[in-house]
Amino acid sequence: MQAFTAITGLVAPLDRVNVDTDQIIPKQFLKTIKRTGLREGLFYDWRKQKDGSQDPSFFLNQPRFQDATILLTRDNFGCGSSREHAPWALLDQGFRCVIAPSFADIFYNNCFQNGILPVALKADEVLSMMNDVMATPGYRLTVDLANQTVTTPDNSLFHFEVDPFRKDCLYRGLDAIGLTLQHEAAIATYEARRKAEAPWLFTDLCRNPGAVS
Amino acid sequence: MAAQTLFDKIWESHVVRAEPDGTTLLYIDRQLVHEVTSPQAFEGLKLSGRQPRRPSATLAVPDHNVPTTDRALGIADPLSAKQIQTLEENCRDFGITLFGMNDIRQGVVHVIGPEQGFTLPGTTIVCGDSHTSTHGAFGALAFGIGTSEVEHVLATQCLVQKRPKTMEVRVDGVLPALCSAKDVILAIIGKIGTAGGTGYVMEYTGSAIRALSMEGRMTLCNMSIEGGARAGMVAPDEQTLAYIKGRPLAPKGQLFEQAMHAWQQLKTDADASYDMTVTMRAEDIAPQVSWGTSPGMVTGIDQRVPDPRTITNENQRQATERALEYMGLIPNMPMTDIKIDKVFIGSCTNSRIEDLRLAANLAKGKHVAKTVHAMVVPGSGLVKQQAEQEGLDRLFKEAGFEWREAGCSMCLAMNADVLRPGERCASTSNRNFEGRQGAGGRTHLVSPAMAVAAAVEGHFVDIRTWI
Repeated sequence: MQAFTAITGLVAPLDRVNVDTDQIIPKQFLKTIKRTGLREGLFYDWRKQKDGSQDPSFFLNQPRFQDATILLTRDNFGCGSSREHAPWALLDQGFRCVIAPSFADIFYNNCFQNGILPVALKADEVLSMMNDVMATPGYRLTVDLANQTVTTPDNSLFHFEVDPFRKDCLYRGLDAIGLTLQHEAAIATYEARRKAEAPWLFTDLCRNPGAVS
Repeated sequence: MAAQTLFDKIWESHVVRAEPDGTTLLYIDRQLVHEVTSPQAFEGLKLSGRQPRRPSATLAVPDHNVPTTDRALGIADPLSAKQIQTLEENCRDFGITLFGMNDIRQGVVHVIGPEQGFTLPGTTIVCGDSHTSTHGAFGALAFGIGTSEVEHVLATQCLVQKRPKTMEVRVDGVLPALCSAKDVILAIIGKIGTAGGTGYVMEYTGSAIRALSMEGRMTLCNMSIEGGARAGMVAPDEQTLAYIKGRPLAPKGQLFEQAMHAWQQLKTDADASYDMTVTMRAEDIAPQVSWGTSPGMVTGIDQRVPDPRTITNENQRQATERALEYMGLIPNMPMTDIKIDKVFIGSCTNSRIEDLRLAANLAKGKHVAKTVHAMVVPGSGLVKQQAEQEGLDRLFKEAGFEWREAGCSMCLAMNADVLRPGERCASTSNRNFEGRQGAGGRTHLVSPAMAVAAAVEGHFVDIRTWI
């Protein structure tokens, strides 16, 4: 996984609440068996007008936001389906950071697995940035994970919270499975104890589901 | 020992290790796998040279992409076929049990887990699917995860978690006739909003919950995620144990007796407390119909489509305006005036035998309106078989419903079952997001009973006065 330390990047605005992962990437793009190449599905339906042509008012269709690396949006971003294709598509488009007042749990988790930093700021802070980004071509923010800050072009500084373990993994780009496997002995000890107290959880579902393997 | 909630008891018994900051390595007893969210996880295992820690703790089934028409014809869409073939190859390579597309036990992953006795009280269950919350109906801690975490669980049988908060959702009283678990959960989401449960695990309590069948509890827990909660649960009781006993993957004999003793302890202690409690009276719950593009945009059938001009909160007003425009609805029109084109009875929310029995009996002797196309998609091959043994398929077909093979079908329209732009559907599924059932399609979430009545009349009707 790509590490996230700090970025200064162009900001793209998506001024909608409750954006669900079906909108971020619709079902027809979930048939892939790869993690890459999903940008063409990103906000696929919202990019189009009713007649099928590109909607020039949608931010992703506007040249000024093409190179954006920070997505600024509203409450409860990423609700609905658990599809990790949502962060994969955002990453494929070039987004490394999503700023919103709140996120849905599964999406929030999935971002950290893919080198994307989800930043929760206060609703009024997001609203003020949303107004500024619309009014200011080339509006950029600096997001610093080590210091947990977002800095605006006029040097206003906003602090955000992030879980220390997740922060460390993202900051160093660590392999989460590798970290867990370092605790192999603890897992084995747990399994041995659990098998003694709840043996029905250790039946072999493939061969003899009714009895302990 | 301090008084504990049901959630506390399950959580504590699955802690492998905990850091001082609360970061916990949580043991996962069982994982369900389907074709859409697993290929990249298996690819990850292959690339890193890792093996599943306990292949026998995992059960796989294709459901999202499978055709609900004649399976002997194969899958027309090459991408869908490739994804299902990839699942078959991965299960073979890694020694994981698979119920293939032509296996009678195949079905929607959240239908077959309970049906097979894979889902047990007190367990931790995950799946790369947000509706994994369904399994909480058995007093399990069950939640949806992303594909990276699917790989994590395959490789380690663990997940790194922070302890969520607990929310009690208490519903006391007696539901009005023909109001169901679906109406209860839609009403709850309407009350707390789609983010109301974010960061929480819900436990459903109260006399109205106790009175629900296992199928009803599954419907309830299934949609916990639509209220923002990753997991919802109901404490196991005699009904739960009776449901599990004798199922193919459930423990047998002495082992079942031992398990049963442990399961009987799985309930919230009398003096335990939750981080938050929400209460409702069952008598106040009318049959629900969603009017918008989020499951929280829902109201009683005896109400009207909301008027954005009366909403003072600007966010809410804008969201409502946008939803009404997408849905093609006029403010203040009675919900019963909404005409429909399609009816879908199915999905992991409402496709179990109890749902089909109720729907078939309501459809008996009636006929789907000329302007409506209606289909029934059973949750699994076994549900379909049982329904046919009971003659339910005949009742549906005589009433003009199509009777299909098992799968996710038009709940998310990854297979060929899709709404056309502008088409309006009364659906027993769980999500009314824009385009969910097909680009431009309009979804109204309802119970199976309300879906049948709408199919017959061509518009929504109040099921309480329909019969």
